[in-house]
Amino acid sequence: MPPTTAPESLIPLPPAVFHILLSLADEDRHGYAIIQDVTARTGGDVRLGAGTLYRSIQRMLEQDLIVETGSRPEPEADDERRRYYRITAFGRKVAGAEAERLAGLVQLARASGVIPRKA
Amino acid sequence: MSWYRALLRLYPLSFRAEYGGEMAAIFASRLANARGLRERVALWAEALVDILSSAPAAHWDLLRQDLRIAVRSLRRSPGFTLAAVLVAALGVGATTIAVGLTDHVLVRPLPFPQAERLVKLYQDQSFRGYSRMELSPSNFLDWKRESRSFERVAAFTSASVNMIGAGQPLRLDGIATTGELFGVLGIPAALGRTMTSIDDAEGSPRVMVLSHRLWSTAFGANPDVIGQSVRLNDEPHLIVGVMPPHFNFPSREASFWAIRRFTAADLEDRGNWFLHGVARLKDDVTLAQARAESSAILARLAEAYPDTNARNGAAVVRLRDEVTRQSRLMLWALAGAAVCMFLIACTNLAGLLLSRALQRHRELSVRAALGAGRERLVRQMLTENLVLAGMGGVAGALCAVMGMPLVALLVPTTLPIPDAPSVDVRLLSLSLLVTVASGLFFGVVPALKLAGSASVQGLKEGGRTGASRSTERLRSLLVIGEVTASIVLLVLAGLLLQALWRVQNVAPGFDATGVLTLRTSLPVPKYDQTARRQQFYQRVLAEVRAMPGVHQAAYISYLPMVMRGGIWPVTVDGRPEDSDNTHTASMRLVTPGFFETLQIPLLNGRDVRDSDVLTTPLVAVVSQSFVDRHWPGQEPLGRQLSLARGDITVVGVVGDVKVRGLERESEPQVYLASAQVPDGSLVFYAPKDLVIKTDATEEALVPTIRAALARIDPEVPVSDVRSLHAIVEADTAARVVQVRVLGAFAVMAALLAGVGLHGLLAFSVSARAREIGVRLALGATRANILRLVLARGLMLAAIGTVAGTICAAWAAQALQSLLFGVNPGDSQVFAAAVAVCVMMALVGSLLPAIRATRVDPLQAIRAD
Repeated sequence: MPPTTAPESLIPLPPAVFHILLSLADEDRHGYAIIQDVTARTGGDVRLGAGTLYRSIQRMLEQDLIVETGSRPEPEADDERRRYYRITAFGRKVAGAEAERLAGLVQLARASGVIPRKA
Repeated sequence: MSWYRALLRLYPLSFRAEYGGEMAAIFASRLANARGLRERVALWAEALVDILSSAPAAHWDLLRQDLRIAVRSLRRSPGFTLAAVLVAALGVGATTIAVGLTDHVLVRPLPFPQAERLVKLYQDQSFRGYSRMELSPSNFLDWKRESRSFERVAAFTSASVNMIGAGQPLRLDGIATTGELFGVLGIPAALGRTMTSIDDAEGSPRVMVLSHRLWSTAFGANPDVIGQSVRLNDEPHLIVGVMPPHFNFPSREASFWAIRRFTAADLEDRGNWFLHGVARLKDDVTLAQARAESSAILARLAEAYPDTNARNGAAVVRLRDEVTRQSRLMLWALAGAAVCMFLIACTNLAGLLLSRALQRHRELSVRAALGAGRERLVRQMLTENLVLAGMGGVAGALCAVMGMPLVALLVPTTLPIPDAPSVDVRLLSLSLLVTVASGLFFGVVPALKLAGSASVQGLKEGGRTGASRSTERLRSLLVIGEVTASIVLLVLAGLLLQALWRVQNVAPGFDATGVLTLRTSLPVPKYDQTARRQQFYQRVLAEVRAMPGVHQAAYISYLPMVMRGGIWPVTVDGRPEDSDNTHTASMRLVTPGFFETLQIPLLNGRDVRDSDVLTTPLVAVVSQSFVDRHWPGQEPLGRQLSLARGDITVVGVVGDVKVRGLERESEPQVYLASAQVPDGSLVFYAPKDLVIKTDATEEALVPTIRAALARIDPEVPVSDVRSLHAIVEADTAARVVQVRVLGAFAVMAALLAGVGLHGLLAFSVSARAREIGVRLALGATRANILRLVLARGLMLAAIGTVAGTICAAWAAQALQSLLFGVNPGDSQVFAAAVAVCVMMALVGSLLPAIRATRVDPLQAIRAD
């Protein structure tokens, strides 16, 4: 994907993609680590399957949301089959735009009284 | 784990290669961490759902990507795209139409339950040239009573009636039938009931069933019509039912079915053949058994009633087979032509795709070098070809939908089926199948070929583009095939065109110029009396003749080419009718002035006159062929003949008319004076067709005539207004359609062959540019090069031409009966076809040949 793509054009993101972006936001991870991280972050609510994960990764690579990194952070723990992924600046923008969209939705929901305001 | 790896095969190869290992590793470590059977099972279930949902998605991702690439790359070469789509559209469109039509007429079962058990019953009078003669009522009843082969048997005859009781008086064509008909066919009414054998009983009310069309048009689709009474020819009839919309029987013209009971007079005459027998075979009886039994019955009848039944056999024919040999041949010819078209289109498409694939050899090699696997390349090329075929398929299906009504004239009227095959799901899925199959086949071959050779070698500048030798041989074969098929199509189209011309040049025996015809059917019993009818004719004719622009007008019982029957046994000079030598004539009742109106030449004697009435001696005008047959070289005037009644004196001789249509032999004609018919006899034969010779236009004249008729008798409907020209044209309509379709196919085929040849040579010239350069450098002249390329093109064309001529000669033999006497080996037609093909080959070869002469030897060699 050319980097000229506007982040908004990819919004709304499929949930899996959003979770992967969030997971990669703080550090580069390999596939299995992403799965584990997403499971941990969501308290076990979201369990990405390997197929879903890699299909998302393939698309995200094409869309320039993430890149494969050559660097492997922990050489001794590194499995040579594993590839690490890093979020791009564009990926961050897109994740941010998606987060804003969701925040907007939440605001709307509050305004219409669907969610009780915090006291 | 091996299970998981097997499941991974559901992903596209490239995806699996990229991520399969990691996926398997993740699954393995999860499995290792799982505790207990439950967790393992849950893990497996999760993995299964995951794979089954993401594998198709991964395929879809690739497809979308490939589609994007395909569209982009096709857009870059619009010429190629347009050509390929057009070629595919032609192939798909032609095949869909031809297959649809052939299937509709010849293959698809008739729209009745267990339609294969339906048969028609005829008297076989082959000894005098009628293998399928209708039945007489008594013969029908005996046949029905004595046979054990049939579940049910019914008889019907066509009926033209005036219907009063639904607004304006209407002239309707329908069927008068015994009550069993619907039981035989096995179709229930959509509304109300059909007739049954109970309705045959004398004294019960006369009932009728409406066609859906009549019900909608004349009765406004009102369901209350059931139980309503209308008058058919002044006879009250109770409407008991309405048939479903797609019920047609015996043909799509029938708009009602009314009960027909046999009168004493009907039963008396075994020689009055007018009933069509239709029956349903019992489940355990074969057609052969039914035929054997029926023959035995008719043989007994022949013995018992030698006067009328001698040598009459039984003909039991499947209802499905009520298609004339001619219609059948026309359709097979069309289907064959469509197959040719399809093959040509496919070979052309293959050629186009092949050369495009070779042109892109370098591009593909680059992509392969950059890491695209063979599978990705093949996949992407396939997608591109499927996109092309898909666009072609859609265009072709559109062509088929639009073209189908144009060829509907090839559907014979003798079958109980709709006039045009609807372009339905089945047909469209056929188009789809054809499209996908051609796209796959012609996409896979070049794709595989190329992907295999797309290697580093392809990157070497100057390396001869891979796989070219065998590919060129293949393409040469394709071009030869195209030329062959074009020759066949051109020859057939040419022969059929000649046949059409020949048929159209047959003199019908009358002059249709400026003759307007319309039908005024007189209701009976109101017009039972001859004098009453004559009064009507005379008033109408007097008024019409007085109208501006009208030269002459007359009435006749049935128009030639519209009603082809009306054949009567005839004896002359009081000679007893000897059954070995039964003569027949086509009989018509006319008013004075008929021959003048149609410009049928009066060769001898006089026309019938107003003074020929019931009380004067009976007179007849006969055609020349009647004289030639019965009184060759003798004076015919004053001779006696007997037809329907005895002692009729010949007073005139006129030219022959093609009563049975331009293509068929017609019986000699006998015209009787309508005023001399005794009251109550031959009422159904009373003249109803008004013919008018006029300079005035139809639009100007018809309202005036309608007004005049409304004044004379408002209960007489006016129908079938048309020019005699239209009637003559309708006689050749099916041929015209066929010639147009085949002609169009042939022209397209020749063009495609030319295009194919051009493509092949153009490609081979550019591939051999270096060789040509070397030749030029070594002293070959431009003329040598020109000759070299041209010779190659003409060589291929010549081989195709020879093969095509042989095939065409064979095909023409098979179609001989359609050719109306045109020699199937007509040298002019063959020469013309060959000339057209050679022209196309020359044109197709010339451009590449000229390009070859422009090769710059220095540049070509230096490029290495």
